[in-house]
Amino acid sequence: MEHRLPAPALIDAQLLDLDQALQLLQQAGALLPDEEPLSAAWLQAVLNALCDLSSRDALTSLVNRRSFEMALAREVDRVARSGEAALLLMLDIDHFKAVNDTYGHGAGDQVIRAVARAVEQTVRPMDLVARVGGEEFAIILPNCATHVGLAVAQRVRERVSELGIEVAPGQMLNVTVSLGGAFAPQWVRSSPLLWTERADRQLYRAKAEGRNRACLEPQIDSLVSAEEKGMLFASLNLDTQQDLP
Amino acid sequence: MSMTTDPAAPRPTRSGARTLAVTSGKGGVGKTFITANLAAALAARGEKVLVLDADLGLANLDVVLNLHPKLTLHDVFTEKATLEQAILPAPGGFSVLLAGSGMVEYSRLTPEVRDKLLHIIDLVKPRFDWVLLDTGAGISDVVLFAVSLATDVLVVATPEPTSLTDAYATIKVLATQQDRRHVGLVVNQANRVGEGKLICGQLQQVLQRFVGPTPGQTFKLELFGEIRSDQAVRQAVLKRQLMLEHYPGCDAAQSIKALASKLLG
Repeated sequence: MEHRLPAPALIDAQLLDLDQALQLLQQAGALLPDEEPLSAAWLQAVLNALCDLSSRDALTSLVNRRSFEMALAREVDRVARSGEAALLLMLDIDHFKAVNDTYGHGAGDQVIRAVARAVEQTVRPMDLVARVGGEEFAIILPNCATHVGLAVAQRVRERVSELGIEVAPGQMLNVTVSLGGAFAPQWVRSSPLLWTERADRQLYRAKAEGRNRACLEPQIDSLVSAEEKGMLFASLNLDTQQDLP
Repeated sequence: MSMTTDPAAPRPTRSGARTLAVTSGKGGVGKTFITANLAAALAARGEKVLVLDADLGLANLDVVLNLHPKLTLHDVFTEKATLEQAILPAPGGFSVLLAGSGMVEYSRLTPEVRDKLLHIIDLVKPRFDWVLLDTGAGISDVVLFAVSLATDVLVVATPEPTSLTDAYATIKVLATQQDRRHVGLVVNQANRVGEGKLICGQLQQVLQRFVGPTPGQTFKLELFGEIRSDQAVRQAVLKRQLMLEHYPGCDAAQSIKALASKLLG
């Protein structure tokens, strides 16, 4: 093994208070690095483990909101350059409060974990599944063709509805989810916030239309209907030469 | 009054130029003519201006300005010229980056074209106060992509029903697909004073009715200029001269100067 020469000491590792960091890692079940304690390699490994910890959700081990937002920003940039279609799905467990109220928070946690697993297993490995709120999840699907978007969302919805979740010995529970989705605009002008808002709007629509359903933003076309034209020309007397007030 | 910064604007531009796309839907409404003269008006106010011919398939900025460029955007794309070499001085005290012929192969929005345009915009932005993007006609993906490179948009329309219909379709697409909350309108070839205001109001009404304000958002179409039919415009177009240089006193030139003032705030 290569022997590392000591680098010029910019910091004295002995002075660092690492107790809390190490406790956190231990509690999260993360393996502590094999390197010699307080060596640069060891410190780097501890930092890496902390980064990983801070990008994941404790309950489901899915990517958390912070990390999701970073991934979404990257995807917006990528779509602008590649022109590929990318879909963002927002998913919310229906009537989750009732689960908590009826069966307790432990059962609620079980449901969230089961839904997280089911979603992960339904999408492609390249897709990113994140837990972005209590019972709310987000899925980024890069390179997802527009004509398959709804089918993907429906498959996730069906997969969750087929789950039997054992919340207590012998007590099985079924839940449904609502999904809303929007494709990334393939133009430069977009932002993670706008994209999320558009997907969220479809999620509200799915909820309002009765839950256990998936709604995608309709593809907007540039056709101008006869009704629109009628209104457009209604009060324009375009032949008149007279100046207007 | 300055153009309101669009709250939906992407990450703040890293540095330099304000980017303004000029588009129209229908062709032949004076888009390139207005862009060139607007550039001259901004330059006359001491601004450093570049006009980028983003009409890759059917460029005609060179025709309007009577330029015969040896080097164009095409040469930059194919790495036969550097950006410095292809940025040319135009009459009127501004710079141009012309698309040139042979760009037909780039008139489809391939990842390569996206990447090259993004790269060029990034390179020119720090060097100018304004980058005006003269886009092609229509609402093809190349046009929409070019528009999306700009923070602000001006849509040029004439009072002709076909032009209004196409302008409306363009604005509708920009509002919905590009999440634009603010678009500027220039009514060209107006027949009478006040026609621009009337047209802008009418378009805004139809947009409100059919595109609809999404919750918590409003869309504003703002009249940025009304350019009336003018004999001097026809003369300048036919002689391929910059109207602002050769007919600086005409009504249309005054309207263009007012448009520049409005943009400068």
